[in-house]
Amino acid sequence: MNAYEKVRTARSSDRPTALAYINNIFSSFIEFHGDRRAKDDGAIVSGIASLNGMPVTVIAIEKGRTAAERTMRNFGSASPEGYRKALRLMKQAEKFGRPVITFVDTSGAFCGIEAEERGEGEAIAVNLMEMMDLNVPILSVLIGEGGSGGALALAVADRVWMLENAVYSVISPEGCASILFKDSKKAKEAAECLKLTAEDALSFGLIERIIDENALGTEEFFNRLASEIEKEILSIKEDRDYKENRYRRFRAF
Amino acid sequence: MINFNFKPENELEKEGIDNIPSPEDEIVCPNCHRTEKKDDILPFKTCTCGHHFRLKARERAFLFFSDFSEMFQEEKSEDVLSFPGYKEKLEKARALSSEDESVITGTAMIDGMRVAVFFMESLFMMGSMGHVAGEKITRLFEFALSNRLPVIGFTASGGARMQEGLISLMQMAKVSGAVKRHSNAGLLYIVVLTDPTTGGVTASFAMEADIILSEPGALIGFAGKRVIEQTTKKELPRGFQKAEFLLKCGFIDKIVHRKDLKYTLKEILILHGINKEH
Ligand SMILES: [Zn+2]
Repeated sequence: MNAYEKVRTARSSDRPTALAYINNIFSSFIEFHGDRRAKDDGAIVSGIASLNGMPVTVIAIEKGRTAAERTMRNFGSASPEGYRKALRLMKQAEKFGRPVITFVDTSGAFCGIEAEERGEGEAIAVNLMEMMDLNVPILSVLIGEGGSGGALALAVADRVWMLENAVYSVISPEGCASILFKDSKKAKEAAECLKLTAEDALSFGLIERIIDENALGTEEFFNRLASEIEKEILSIKEDRDYKENRYRRFRAF
Repeated sequence: MINFNFKPENELEKEGIDNIPSPEDEIVCPNCHRTEKKDDILPFKTCTCGHHFRLKARERAFLFFSDFSEMFQEEKSEDVLSFPGYKEKLEKARALSSEDESVITGTAMIDGMRVAVFFMESLFMMGSMGHVAGEKITRLFEFALSNRLPVIGFTASGGARMQEGLISLMQMAKVSGAVKRHSNAGLLYIVVLTDPTTGGVTASFAMEADIILSEPGALIGFAGKRVIEQTTKKELPRGFQKAEFLLKCGFIDKIVHRKDLKYTLKEILILHGINKEH
């Protein structure tokens, strides 16, 4: 698959969305709503759950599957309130010593008038700062699209994993093509230039692992991923200096 | 939605001041259309109508501070991804701005107080942030942390530098980590937002300061206007993403005219107990 085919695969509506991961990997997930400031952003699903008996906080960007769901989820583009809800849940996780697991799937943070008025930039900025300093292990899995700052705002983690057909990019290939090549139809070329595939990210050392998509969406797939996540969280926990190492992880880029 | 009363935007403003033909020693104000002698708008490069012309990074260093001592200038951007046209763009940017990068960093004095400073250069690829810009600002915050200095930074940026792909995105997290460590040590960070501050810079260190000041009329936002119009199919309110708009929305502490900036910075530093060296 070339880079742009990967982009289209990552965006495909056939892929399992974040809720499928939450429902199949964890048990007794309890969703917690709202940023306690202004509203509850449907693009972010968050709550607490059990990972094989270990209490964890789960935060995800959900795109929705049906037309009605997609509208409710704003197509997986989070507003400032969504990032603030995520931060509230992360600080709660820190208080109770729960590891944080995030699932990222977004074309980017929402670009709207209200989002600007309520500080989309500020909300992302504060998340970056606070995640860098959070005193519990963080694992992020990019399951589809990793769209720029809107994805990074949930991916400042001790380990970042990508599904083999997920993409992670500073700008959409279409946006890059229209700005740099003055032609949005050159998205295919832009996708190649941006080096946005999981293999690229791994080769630059920007992620730790690529998740095999064999049997994607099946019980077997989720069970395999669940045990990998559990193992990894335990291994981060064993490292007393994980917060320092998280700083070093990003400091190296 | 908040409404603002602004002078109607005109063609000159849309095209930017660089496209306005005028004799060498004259400049046309994009806000009030007055033609001013370049010498008359000095020293602050502000029009009598209040418009703030863009300043180069180094002009700011000498306008508001003394003894600017540059650091980390050895860092130079490279075309790591072999991105089409990037090498040429870097060369052009260096020629146009007379700088090696989109940010200059170092220490400087203001009224006898030593501070760590950064100034972004909008003439260098629209002040975009790649590895080197992120590295210089990160090293500045780390230096300020180990020397217990306050940081004063001037932002001017179109956001992340897409020619460096994901590495440029990671700079947002890297710098944010350094800002947080500096902050955790009880040290002061003041940012001055200047025209334009957008994208990944807005979504990181521009919005992470203890005190956020802005120049009047500066464009400040996360998403670009065109992207928002395309996404929402709505007409944007007048004055949208201007400093005055951001102030009303609650994201800026104070808008400060350039002629008052040095005094304001000095007063803030004194109120934070920053000691004079002599
Ligand atoms: Zn004027």
